[in-house]
Amino acid sequence: MLDDTDRRILRQYQAAPQLTTGELAARAGVTPATCWRRLERMQAAGIIRAQEAVIDWAALGYAVEVSLRFTLDKTRPRAFDEFIAAAREIPEVLEIQTFLGRVDVRLAVIARDMNHYRQLYRDRILALPHIADVEALMHLSRVKSDEVLPV
Amino acid sequence: MIALDETDRHILRLLAQDATRSAGAVGRRLGLSQPAAWRRIRRLEQAGVIRGRRLRLDAAALGFGVTVFLGIKLARKRQVSFEDFERAVSAIPEVQTVEHVLGMYDYRLRVVARDLSDFERILRRRIMTLPGAGDVEANVMLSEERLPGPIG
Repeated sequence: MLDDTDRRILRQYQAAPQLTTGELAARAGVTPATCWRRLERMQAAGIIRAQEAVIDWAALGYAVEVSLRFTLDKTRPRAFDEFIAAAREIPEVLEIQTFLGRVDVRLAVIARDMNHYRQLYRDRILALPHIADVEALMHLSRVKSDEVLPV
Repeated sequence: MIALDETDRHILRLLAQDATRSAGAVGRRLGLSQPAAWRRIRRLEQAGVIRGRRLRLDAAALGFGVTVFLGIKLARKRQVSFEDFERAVSAIPEVQTVEHVLGMYDYRLRVVARDLSDFERILRRRIMTLPGAGDVEANVMLSEERLPGPIG
């Protein structure tokens, strides 16, 4: 179970993952040794899973980002599994989420431009199995993206 | 726009999994010297390809058992400023991401909560009271996977 010191470290760490353990300790108001021990323990417990580099796809020429929301034909028993397995094979798919709600599955898809997107949509997306309905949300701008947990 | 070769893509894959890998460690994986790997990583950072780092935490282990994706439509588009809405929604701690979108909703939100009743509280007290918030659609996330993207 986490205490206030762990939470303080996690808050600072989430805000600035690139800090060294020493810098992080100073911001969290603990000694470097304590900070190091707490981080070790949270990593071992699987609370801290990884530290990832965030890729800016726009800088790599992927100007289009679309959120595709699917409802699937649930009369087919393996609809979810088969849809997801096929979606994984499309390189431009960045995220796959499943839901309880009006939407069954969401895919985050990137494309170089609208022409590329249209081609992807026709040739790869609409070819995915068991689609009953699909709707698109075209991404305009990212207002908040830190994905910080309010620990 | 920056052009990537196979080595650059491999470096991006390695750092997207674990950003704490040193230039030396990345170099050893790819058969590059430490300075050569360091130069490539620095070039990717300077070109803005690596936007920063993100900590991946186990939300459930930290007590956040529920993640909900919300679609929000602004009510009276002419009178409500997007800026006011964006400022207010970004200030809610449980709101992890906010995207301005085009389609049947104006904004897409990712929200964490301790459980469904905690989510209901956030929805009623914080989301529905946002300036201009109209129609809201909620979908409770059951599973999620993130893929490396077209650098494979």
